[in-house]
Amino acid sequence: MPELSRRRALGTAAALTAAVAAHTLTAPAASAAPDDHHHDSPEPFDEVYKGRRIQGRPASGSEHHHHGGGFEVLVDQVPLHVMRNADGTWISVVSHYDPVPTPRAAARAAVDELQGAVLLPFPAN
Amino acid sequence: MTVRKNQAGLTADEKRRFVAAVLELKRTGRYDAFVTTHNAFILGDTDNGERTGHRSPSFLPWHRRFLLEFERALQSVDASVALPYWDWSTDRSPRSSLWAPDFLGGTGRSRDGQVMDGPFAASAGNWPINVRVDARTFLRRQLGANVRELPTRAEVDSVLSMATYDMAPWNSASDGFRNHLEGWRGVNLHNRVHVWVGGQMATGVSPNDPVFWLHHAYIDKLWAEWQRRNPRSGYLPTGGTPDVVDLGETMKPWNDVRPADLLDHTAHYTFDTD
Repeated sequence: MPELSRRRALGTAAALTAAVAAHTLTAPAASAAPDDHHHDSPEPFDEVYKGRRIQGRPASGSEHHHHGGGFEVLVDQVPLHVMRNADGTWISVVSHYDPVPTPRAAARAAVDELQGAVLLPFPAN
Repeated sequence: MTVRKNQAGLTADEKRRFVAAVLELKRTGRYDAFVTTHNAFILGDTDNGERTGHRSPSFLPWHRRFLLEFERALQSVDASVALPYWDWSTDRSPRSSLWAPDFLGGTGRSRDGQVMDGPFAASAGNWPINVRVDARTFLRRQLGANVRELPTRAEVDSVLSMATYDMAPWNSASDGFRNHLEGWRGVNLHNRVHVWVGGQMATGVSPNDPVFWLHHAYIDKLWAEWQRRNPRSGYLPTGGTPDVVDLGETMKPWNDVRPADLLDHTAHYTFDTD
Protein backbone atom coordinates (compact mmCIF):
# COMPACT_ATOMS: atom_id res chain seq x y z
CA MET A 1 0.00 0.00 0.00
CA PRO A 2 1.21 3.49 -0.69
CA GLU A 3 2.41 5.22 2.41
CA LEU A 4 2.00 8.87 3.09
CA SER A 5 5.20 10.47 1.89
CA ARG A 6 6.84 13.31 3.74
CA ARG A 7 6.47 15.43 0.64
CA ARG A 8 2.77 14.73 0.38
CA ALA A 9 2.26 15.26 4.07
CA LEU A 10 3.99 18.61 3.87
CA GLY A 11 2.07 19.53 0.75
CA THR A 12 -1.22 18.60 2.35
CA ALA A 13 -0.41 20.54 5.47
CA ALA A 14 0.63 23.56 3.42
CA ALA A 15 -2.53 23.36 1.33
CA LEU A 16 -4.65 23.11 4.41
CA THR A 17 -2.97 26.14 5.92
CA ALA A 18 -3.44 28.05 2.69
CA ALA A 19 -7.06 26.99 2.47
CA VAL A 20 -7.77 28.09 6.01
CA ALA A 21 -6.09 31.40 5.30
CA ALA A 22 -8.03 31.89 2.09
CA HIS A 23 -11.23 31.00 3.84
CA THR A 24 -10.53 33.57 6.51
CA LEU A 25 -9.53 36.39 4.21
CA THR A 26 -11.88 35.95 1.28
CA ALA A 27 -15.21 34.47 0.44
CA PRO A 28 -14.90 30.81 -0.51
CA ALA A 29 -14.78 30.29 -4.25
CA ALA A 30 -17.88 28.16 -4.14
CA SER A 31 -20.01 30.14 -6.54
CA ALA A 32 -18.70 29.85 -10.06
CA ALA A 33 -20.55 31.65 -12.82
CA PRO A 34 -23.39 29.49 -14.12
CA ASP A 35 -22.06 29.61 -17.68
CA ASP A 36 -18.75 28.10 -16.58
CA HIS A 37 -20.33 24.67 -16.94
CA HIS A 38 -23.27 23.09 -18.65
CA HIS A 39 -26.46 22.89 -16.67
CA ASP A 40 -26.18 19.17 -16.04
CA SER A 41 -22.78 19.50 -14.41
CA PRO A 42 -22.55 20.03 -10.66
CA GLU A 43 -21.54 23.36 -9.15
CA PRO A 44 -17.83 23.65 -8.45
CA PHE A 45 -17.04 24.25 -4.79
CA ASP A 46 -14.09 25.09 -2.61
CA GLU A 47 -14.58 25.39 1.11
CA VAL A 48 -13.19 24.47 4.47
CA TYR A 49 -15.48 21.97 6.17
CA LYS A 50 -14.67 20.84 9.70
CA GLY A 51 -11.16 22.16 9.27
CA ARG A 52 -10.44 20.43 5.99
CA ARG A 53 -10.39 21.80 2.49
CA ILE A 54 -12.89 20.17 0.16
CA GLN A 55 -12.95 21.01 -3.52
CA GLY A 56 -15.08 19.95 -6.44
CA ARG A 57 -14.41 20.91 -10.02
CA PRO A 58 -14.54 19.67 -13.59
CA ALA A 59 -11.94 16.93 -13.93
CA SER A 60 -8.60 18.00 -15.35
CA GLY A 61 -6.49 15.73 -17.50
CA SER A 62 -6.94 12.03 -18.02
CA GLU A 63 -4.49 10.56 -15.53
CA HIS A 64 -7.39 8.97 -13.68
CA HIS A 65 -10.53 7.39 -14.98
CA HIS A 66 -13.41 9.42 -13.63
CA HIS A 67 -16.84 8.12 -12.82
CA GLY A 68 -18.24 11.43 -11.68
CA GLY A 69 -19.27 12.58 -15.12
CA GLY A 70 -16.05 14.51 -15.55
CA PHE A 71 -16.20 15.98 -12.05
CA GLU A 72 -13.50 15.48 -9.44
CA VAL A 73 -13.51 15.93 -5.68
CA LEU A 74 -10.51 16.50 -3.43
CA VAL A 75 -10.07 16.41 0.34
CA ASP A 76 -6.99 18.37 1.40
CA GLN A 77 -5.81 18.12 -2.21
CA VAL A 78 -6.09 14.32 -2.31
CA PRO A 79 -8.53 13.00 -4.93
CA LEU A 80 -11.59 11.29 -3.46
CA HIS A 81 -13.10 8.70 -5.78
CA VAL A 82 -16.70 9.76 -6.41
CA MET A 83 -19.39 8.36 -8.64
CA ARG A 84 -22.63 9.72 -10.00
CA ASN A 85 -25.66 7.45 -9.91
CA ALA A 86 -28.22 7.27 -12.69
CA ASP A 87 -30.70 9.31 -10.62
CA GLY A 88 -28.19 12.13 -10.18
CA THR A 89 -27.18 11.26 -6.61
CA TRP A 90 -23.55 10.78 -5.60
CA ILE A 91 -21.44 8.37 -3.59
CA SER A 92 -17.75 8.17 -2.75
CA VAL A 93 -15.43 5.31 -1.97
CA VAL A 94 -15.64 6.07 1.77
CA SER A 95 -19.44 6.15 1.73
CA HIS A 96 -20.26 3.82 -1.06
CA TYR A 97 -23.71 2.52 -0.13
CA ASP A 98 -25.33 5.78 0.94
CA PRO A 99 -26.21 8.18 -1.91
CA VAL A 100 -26.30 11.93 -1.24
CA PRO A 101 -27.66 14.70 -3.49
CA THR A 102 -24.46 16.49 -4.59
CA PRO A 103 -20.70 15.97 -4.83
CA ARG A 104 -20.29 18.60 -2.10
CA ALA A 105 -22.48 16.48 0.16
CA ALA A 106 -20.32 13.46 -0.73
CA ALA A 107 -17.19 15.41 0.17
CA ARG A 108 -18.69 16.51 3.48
CA ALA A 109 -19.81 12.93 4.21
CA ALA A 110 -16.24 11.83 3.52
CA VAL A 111 -14.84 14.38 5.97
CA ASP A 112 -17.35 13.19 8.56
CA GLU A 113 -16.36 9.58 7.95
CA LEU A 114 -12.62 10.23 8.00
CA GLN A 115 -12.68 11.78 11.50
CA GLY A 116 -9.49 13.62 10.68
CA ALA A 117 -7.70 10.72 8.97
CA VAL A 118 -5.66 11.43 5.86
CA LEU A 119 -7.17 10.14 2.63
CA LEU A 120 -4.92 7.92 0.52
CA PRO A 121 -4.72 8.87 -3.16
CA PHE A 122 -6.34 6.46 -5.57
CA PRO A 123 -5.84 4.11 -7.38
CA ALA A 124 -5.32 3.09 -3.74
CA ASN A 125 -8.86 4.30 -3.10
CA MET B 1 -21.47 -31.05 1.13
CA THR B 2 -21.20 -27.53 2.51
CA VAL B 3 -24.15 -26.43 4.64
CA ARG B 4 -24.44 -22.73 5.30
CA LYS B 5 -26.01 -22.10 8.70
CA ASN B 6 -27.61 -19.17 10.44
CA GLN B 7 -24.85 -17.57 12.50
CA ALA B 8 -27.22 -17.34 15.47
CA GLY B 9 -27.25 -21.13 15.76
CA LEU B 10 -23.52 -21.85 15.47
CA THR B 11 -21.88 -23.82 18.26
CA ALA B 12 -18.92 -22.38 20.15
CA ASP B 13 -16.66 -24.77 18.24
CA GLU B 14 -18.07 -23.70 14.86
CA LYS B 15 -17.48 -20.05 15.73
CA ARG B 16 -13.96 -20.79 16.89
CA ARG B 17 -13.09 -22.67 13.70
CA PHE B 18 -14.59 -20.01 11.44
CA VAL B 19 -12.65 -17.24 13.19
CA ALA B 20 -9.41 -19.24 13.13
CA ALA B 21 -9.72 -19.94 9.40
CA VAL B 22 -10.41 -16.26 8.64
CA LEU B 23 -7.40 -15.19 10.70
CA GLU B 24 -5.21 -17.71 8.89
CA LEU B 25 -6.26 -16.33 5.48
CA LYS B 26 -5.42 -12.89 6.82
CA ARG B 27 -2.01 -13.98 8.08
CA THR B 28 -1.03 -15.43 4.72
CA GLY B 29 -2.21 -12.42 2.70
CA ARG B 30 -4.95 -14.31 0.91
CA TYR B 31 -7.67 -12.39 2.71
CA ASP B 32 -6.53 -9.00 1.50
CA ALA B 33 -6.64 -10.14 -2.11
CA PHE B 34 -10.40 -10.49 -1.72
CA VAL B 35 -10.66 -6.94 -0.38
CA THR B 36 -8.62 -5.64 -3.31
CA THR B 37 -10.81 -7.44 -5.85
CA HIS B 38 -14.00 -6.12 -4.31
CA ASN B 39 -12.78 -2.53 -4.26
CA ALA B 40 -11.65 -2.74 -7.88
CA PHE B 41 -15.16 -3.69 -8.94
CA ILE B 42 -16.79 -1.11 -6.64
CA LEU B 43 -14.71 1.58 -8.33
CA GLY B 44 -15.11 0.19 -11.83
CA ASP B 45 -18.83 -0.62 -11.94
CA THR B 46 -20.74 2.40 -13.27
CA ASP B 47 -24.37 2.98 -14.19
CA ASN B 48 -23.56 4.15 -17.70
CA GLY B 49 -20.58 1.90 -18.38
CA GLU B 50 -19.43 -1.63 -17.84
CA ARG B 51 -20.90 -3.03 -14.63
CA THR B 52 -20.47 -6.48 -13.22
CA GLY B 53 -20.15 -6.76 -9.45
CA HIS B 54 -22.63 -4.07 -8.42
CA ARG B 55 -25.53 -1.96 -9.71
CA SER B 56 -26.29 -4.54 -12.36
CA PRO B 57 -28.10 -7.86 -12.82
CA SER B 58 -24.88 -9.78 -12.13
CA PHE B 59 -24.67 -8.31 -8.61
CA LEU B 60 -26.16 -11.57 -7.31
CA PRO B 61 -24.25 -14.20 -9.34
CA TRP B 62 -21.02 -12.18 -9.02
CA HIS B 63 -21.22 -12.16 -5.24
CA ARG B 64 -22.28 -15.83 -5.22
CA ARG B 65 -19.06 -16.70 -7.03
CA PHE B 66 -17.02 -14.29 -4.89
CA LEU B 67 -18.33 -15.95 -1.72
CA LEU B 68 -17.67 -19.41 -3.17
CA GLU B 69 -14.05 -18.44 -3.78
CA PHE B 70 -13.75 -17.18 -0.22
CA GLU B 71 -15.46 -20.23 1.25
CA ARG B 72 -13.15 -22.55 -0.69
CA ALA B 73 -10.18 -20.59 0.66
CA LEU B 74 -11.51 -21.04 4.20
CA GLN B 75 -11.99 -24.74 3.56
CA SER B 76 -8.40 -25.06 2.37
CA VAL B 77 -7.49 -24.05 5.93
CA ASP B 78 -10.19 -26.05 7.72
CA ALA B 79 -12.42 -28.32 5.65
CA SER B 80 -15.17 -28.24 8.27
CA VAL B 81 -15.84 -24.52 7.85
CA ALA B 82 -18.77 -23.11 5.88
CA LEU B 83 -19.87 -19.51 5.53
CA PRO B 84 -22.56 -18.64 8.06
CA TYR B 85 -25.26 -16.13 7.17
CA TRP B 86 -26.58 -13.20 9.20
CA ASP B 87 -30.35 -12.75 9.03
CA TRP B 88 -30.30 -9.07 9.97
CA SER B 89 -34.09 -8.91 9.80
CA THR B 90 -34.14 -11.12 12.92
CA ASP B 91 -30.81 -10.45 14.66
CA ARG B 92 -31.16 -6.70 14.40
CA SER B 93 -29.49 -5.42 17.56
CA PRO B 94 -25.88 -4.54 18.45
CA ARG B 95 -26.50 -6.89 21.40
CA SER B 96 -26.92 -9.93 19.13
CA SER B 97 -24.53 -12.82 19.74
CA LEU B 98 -23.01 -12.07 16.32
CA TRP B 99 -21.23 -9.10 17.92
CA ALA B 100 -20.02 -10.91 21.03
CA PRO B 101 -16.28 -11.14 21.78
CA ASP B 102 -16.21 -14.87 20.91
CA PHE B 103 -17.31 -14.16 17.35
CA LEU B 104 -17.03 -10.85 15.47
CA GLY B 105 -16.62 -8.42 18.37
CA GLY B 106 -18.83 -5.42 18.91
CA THR B 107 -19.27 -1.85 17.76
CA GLY B 108 -16.49 0.72 17.77
CA ARG B 109 -15.74 3.18 20.52
CA SER B 110 -17.20 6.64 19.99
CA ARG B 111 -13.93 8.56 19.69
CA ASP B 112 -12.61 6.93 16.53
CA GLY B 113 -14.89 3.99 15.76
CA GLN B 114 -12.22 1.49 16.72
CA VAL B 115 -13.48 -2.02 17.52
CA MET B 116 -12.07 -2.83 20.96
CA ASP B 117 -13.05 -6.46 21.52
CA GLY B 118 -13.17 -9.77 19.70
CA PRO B 119 -10.65 -11.51 17.46
CA PHE B 120 -10.60 -8.72 14.86
CA ALA B 121 -9.87 -5.82 17.20
CA ALA B 122 -6.64 -4.03 16.31
CA SER B 123 -5.46 -4.54 19.87
CA ALA B 124 -5.46 -8.31 19.35
CA GLY B 125 -2.76 -7.78 16.71
CA ASN B 126 -4.16 -10.15 14.09
CA TRP B 127 -6.25 -7.87 11.92
CA PRO B 128 -4.32 -5.06 10.24
CA ILE B 129 -6.34 -3.08 7.70
CA ASN B 130 -3.91 -3.06 4.78
CA VAL B 131 -6.19 -2.47 1.80
CA ARG B 132 -7.59 0.88 2.75
CA VAL B 133 -8.70 4.24 1.42
CA ASP B 134 -7.39 6.31 4.32
CA ALA B 135 -4.61 6.20 6.88
CA ARG B 136 -6.48 4.25 9.55
CA THR B 137 -5.24 0.68 10.01
CA PHE B 138 -7.76 -0.53 12.63
CA LEU B 139 -11.15 -2.15 12.11
CA ARG B 140 -13.97 0.32 12.71
CA ARG B 141 -17.73 0.00 13.21
CA GLN B 142 -20.59 2.25 14.29
CA LEU B 143 -23.47 -0.19 14.61
CA GLY B 144 -26.75 1.63 14.07
CA ALA B 145 -25.22 5.10 14.09
CA ASN B 146 -25.63 6.12 10.44
CA VAL B 147 -29.02 4.54 9.94
CA ARG B 148 -31.14 3.55 12.90
CA GLU B 149 -32.92 0.41 11.75
CA LEU B 150 -31.98 -2.71 9.89
CA PRO B 151 -34.57 -3.93 7.39
CA THR B 152 -37.59 -5.75 8.80
CA ARG B 153 -38.93 -9.11 7.70
CA ALA B 154 -41.95 -7.34 6.19
CA GLU B 155 -39.60 -5.20 4.08
CA VAL B 156 -37.73 -8.32 3.00
CA ASP B 157 -41.01 -9.97 2.04
CA SER B 158 -42.07 -6.95 0.01
CA VAL B 159 -38.91 -7.33 -2.11
CA LEU B 160 -39.15 -11.12 -2.42
CA SER B 161 -42.63 -10.63 -3.87
CA MET B 162 -41.27 -8.75 -6.90
CA ALA B 163 -41.68 -11.24 -9.72
CA THR B 164 -39.28 -9.72 -12.27
CA TYR B 165 -35.59 -10.39 -11.65
CA ASP B 166 -34.28 -7.15 -13.14
CA MET B 167 -35.27 -4.51 -15.67
CA ALA B 168 -33.75 -2.07 -18.13
CA PRO B 169 -31.70 0.07 -17.73
CA TRP B 170 -30.07 -2.73 -15.68
CA ASN B 171 -28.44 -0.38 -13.19
CA SER B 172 -29.11 1.56 -9.97
CA ALA B 173 -32.24 3.09 -11.54
CA SER B 174 -33.91 -0.25 -12.29
CA ASP B 175 -37.17 -1.50 -10.95
CA GLY B 176 -37.47 -5.20 -10.09
CA PHE B 177 -36.14 -7.67 -7.53
CA ARG B 178 -32.37 -7.28 -7.96
CA ASN B 179 -32.18 -3.52 -7.51
CA HIS B 180 -34.61 -3.50 -4.60
CA LEU B 181 -32.59 -6.22 -2.91
CA GLU B 182 -29.35 -4.37 -3.66
CA GLY B 183 -31.00 -1.25 -2.27
CA TRP B 184 -30.55 1.57 -4.75
CA ARG B 185 -34.34 1.80 -4.98
CA GLY B 186 -37.19 1.30 -2.58
CA VAL B 187 -37.04 0.09 1.02
CA ASN B 188 -33.30 -0.63 0.63
CA LEU B 189 -32.06 -3.95 1.94
CA HIS B 190 -28.40 -4.72 1.09
CA ASN B 191 -27.04 -1.18 0.96
CA ARG B 192 -28.74 -0.19 4.20
CA VAL B 193 -27.06 -3.01 6.10
CA HIS B 194 -23.62 -1.81 4.95
CA VAL B 195 -24.53 1.68 6.22
CA TRP B 196 -25.92 0.33 9.52
CA VAL B 197 -22.65 -1.46 10.32
CA GLY B 198 -20.57 1.61 9.44
CA GLY B 199 -16.78 1.72 9.52
CA GLN B 200 -15.06 -0.08 6.66
CA MET B 201 -18.35 -1.86 5.87
CA ALA B 202 -19.71 1.44 4.56
CA THR B 203 -16.81 1.87 2.12
CA GLY B 204 -15.51 0.30 -1.05
CA VAL B 205 -13.17 -1.87 1.03
CA SER B 206 -16.08 -3.37 2.96
CA PRO B 207 -14.70 -6.96 3.01
CA ASN B 208 -12.18 -5.68 5.57
CA ASP B 209 -14.92 -6.45 8.08
CA PRO B 210 -15.59 -10.22 8.29
CA VAL B 211 -19.31 -9.47 8.66
CA PHE B 212 -19.21 -8.70 4.92
CA TRP B 213 -19.32 -12.45 4.21
CA LEU B 214 -22.19 -13.12 6.62
CA HIS B 215 -24.19 -10.23 5.18
CA HIS B 216 -23.66 -11.38 1.62
CA ALA B 217 -24.34 -15.01 2.51
CA TYR B 218 -27.79 -13.84 3.64
CA ILE B 219 -28.32 -11.69 0.54
CA ASP B 220 -27.40 -14.82 -1.43
CA LYS B 221 -29.92 -16.85 0.58
CA LEU B 222 -32.62 -14.27 -0.20
CA TRP B 223 -31.91 -14.80 -3.90
CA ALA B 224 -32.52 -18.53 -3.37
CA GLU B 225 -35.74 -17.75 -1.46
CA TRP B 226 -36.86 -15.48 -4.30
CA GLN B 227 -36.24 -18.27 -6.84
CA ARG B 228 -38.36 -20.64 -4.77
CA ARG B 229 -41.18 -18.10 -4.55
CA ASN B 230 -41.00 -17.16 -8.22
CA PRO B 231 -40.26 -20.43 -9.99
CA ARG B 232 -41.24 -19.11 -13.40
CA SER B 233 -38.94 -16.07 -13.18
CA GLY B 234 -35.36 -16.27 -14.33
CA TYR B 235 -32.22 -14.20 -14.60
CA LEU B 236 -32.45 -11.25 -16.98
CA PRO B 237 -31.25 -10.04 -19.44
CA THR B 238 -30.77 -13.08 -21.63
CA GLY B 239 -28.70 -11.64 -24.45
CA GLY B 240 -27.22 -8.77 -26.40
CA THR B 241 -27.03 -6.13 -23.64
CA PRO B 242 -24.07 -3.72 -23.87
CA ASP B 243 -22.00 -3.28 -20.66
CA VAL B 244 -24.17 -5.82 -18.83
CA VAL B 245 -23.54 -9.52 -18.16
CA ASP B 246 -26.23 -11.49 -19.96
CA LEU B 247 -27.34 -14.92 -18.77
CA GLY B 248 -24.85 -16.79 -20.96
CA GLU B 249 -21.89 -14.39 -20.83
CA THR B 250 -18.82 -14.95 -18.69
CA MET B 251 -18.09 -12.69 -15.73
CA LYS B 252 -14.90 -10.92 -14.82
CA PRO B 253 -12.55 -11.45 -13.05
CA TRP B 254 -12.90 -15.23 -13.42
CA ASN B 255 -13.90 -15.30 -17.10
CA ASP B 256 -14.86 -18.95 -16.78
CA VAL B 257 -18.29 -18.70 -15.22
CA ARG B 258 -21.65 -17.36 -16.44
CA PRO B 259 -24.70 -16.33 -14.46
CA ALA B 260 -26.34 -19.42 -15.94
CA ASP B 261 -23.79 -21.57 -14.09
CA LEU B 262 -24.61 -20.00 -10.72
CA LEU B 263 -28.39 -19.96 -10.61
CA ASP B 264 -28.65 -23.23 -8.66
CA HIS B 265 -26.83 -22.87 -5.35
CA THR B 266 -27.40 -26.54 -4.46
CA ALA B 267 -24.64 -27.49 -6.87
CA HIS B 268 -22.22 -25.83 -4.43
CA TYR B 269 -23.85 -25.76 -0.96
CA THR B 270 -27.17 -25.95 0.78
CA PHE B 271 -28.71 -23.85 3.52
CA ASP B 272 -29.73 -25.15 6.92
CA THR B 273 -33.31 -24.31 5.90
CA ASP B 274 -33.28 -26.09 2.52
